[in-house]
Amino acid sequence: MSEIRADLRYAASHEWARLEADGTVTVGISDHAQEALGDVVFIELPAVGKQLSAGQEAGVVESVKAASDIYAPLGGEVVAVNETLGDSPEAVNGDPYGSWFFKLKPSDPAELEKLLDAGAYQAALDAEG
Amino acid sequence: MGQRTPLYDLHLALGAKLVDFNGWDMPLHYGSQVDEHHQVRNDCGVFDVSHMTIIDVEGTGAEAFLRYLLANDVARLDTPGKALYSTLLNDHGGVLDDLVVYRLAHGYRLVVNAATRARDLAWLEARSEGFEVRWRERDDLAMLAIQGPKARARSVELVSSSRASLIDGLQPFQGFADGDWFIARTGYTGEDGVEIILPAGEAAGFFNELVGAGIAPIGLGARDTLRLEAGLNLYGQDLDEHVSPLSASLEWSIAWTPAERDFVGRAALEAQRQAGDLPKRVGLVLEERGVLRAHQVVRINGIGEGEITSGSFSPTLGKSIALARVPAATGERAEVEIRGKWYPVRVVRPAFVRHGKPLI
Repeated sequence: MSEIRADLRYAASHEWARLEADGTVTVGISDHAQEALGDVVFIELPAVGKQLSAGQEAGVVESVKAASDIYAPLGGEVVAVNETLGDSPEAVNGDPYGSWFFKLKPSDPAELEKLLDAGAYQAALDAEG
Repeated sequence: MGQRTPLYDLHLALGAKLVDFNGWDMPLHYGSQVDEHHQVRNDCGVFDVSHMTIIDVEGTGAEAFLRYLLANDVARLDTPGKALYSTLLNDHGGVLDDLVVYRLAHGYRLVVNAATRARDLAWLEARSEGFEVRWRERDDLAMLAIQGPKARARSVELVSSSRASLIDGLQPFQGFADGDWFIARTGYTGEDGVEIILPAGEAAGFFNELVGAGIAPIGLGARDTLRLEAGLNLYGQDLDEHVSPLSASLEWSIAWTPAERDFVGRAALEAQRQAGDLPKRVGLVLEERGVLRAHQVVRINGIGEGEITSGSFSPTLGKSIALARVPAATGERAEVEIRGKWYPVRVVRPAFVRHGKPLI
């Protein structure tokens, strides 16, 4: 059973998003996503300064098994990326909610409200089977 | 729902993540594929490989039949207990399957791939005319592979004394029966170990004993990265009916002599060898971060293009490796396209790790 944190928002494509006090949004992948991917061995992050729209490809997670795209859960400019994932991509398996991928300065903060809350994400996972 | 081995319930109880593998529900891993990989390289682990197809071949014409059917020559198995690897070819010299054949006290035992089971059985039927031979699929048996540097030492502690002394005395590529068990020093990981074929009803109990004694269960995910590091082909990825064994580093497994032995595919292989224009199999190593995957394009400057047939992350080397089929003239450097970008790769002999040691 994978962990879903109540204080986060989720995209149906299994990214989590957290609104920070400074108005930026931190993005990572859910516990369910890391479990489905298996051992993560490489992460390709977006460039700082890149403008992303909601649902746009933002990077790639490579596990031993396969490569999976990660998507921007909402639109905005990439203001920071988690460089430590370059040397220790496996941290995503151990601590998916601590291992953030990138931070966005949202172009429309209201987009955050369109993402799934914990209950709706759980329902989406249940529906996936 | 797929087919299940006799160990299905045990896999679930051990927390396996199950995946469909050619119609079988098989364990991909029991937690971490990478940890399981290291476990086999450094210590030992046990795999359920009961999905593989076991075929016992008997009859006064069994030897003649297999000498006609297989590219390797079973006449080399001059005493019971010996085993060899062979390809099964079509008339065009394409690989229909690859297999291990063991010489039993009476007849031969073939272990073939699960995915090719039906086609192999049909092929045996189609090619057996004129031979005094019969065969039987042994779906009453299960198969476990115990692999790793400590595999033999650990497993002798858990079997009867006669089986323990059998395991102690085995040379590589030897296998003998003990009662209704068959134990061979073969495997698919590049490490020492044994494969044990035993009655389906005894498999779960024995597997459980092995796990209870600290021999970790290992999924097919680690089996794939272990065999890739060892440079072993996987049928369906590195080999198929359109690939010649000459393009797959398998020339060693073709018994050209005696010249008068006619085997299926021989004429085609001889013509290919004469022409000398086949692509070759190489290993690739990515020095940068990223992961090589099957079907990525390999570009060799000034020579041409090839394709990755198997690629993954190598847990032992900490970087990505691949097997690829490329033009014969390919030298030491190439480039691979990953998501629209070209990455430089090193071209090496296609064996990366053996007996726990990096070869590259």
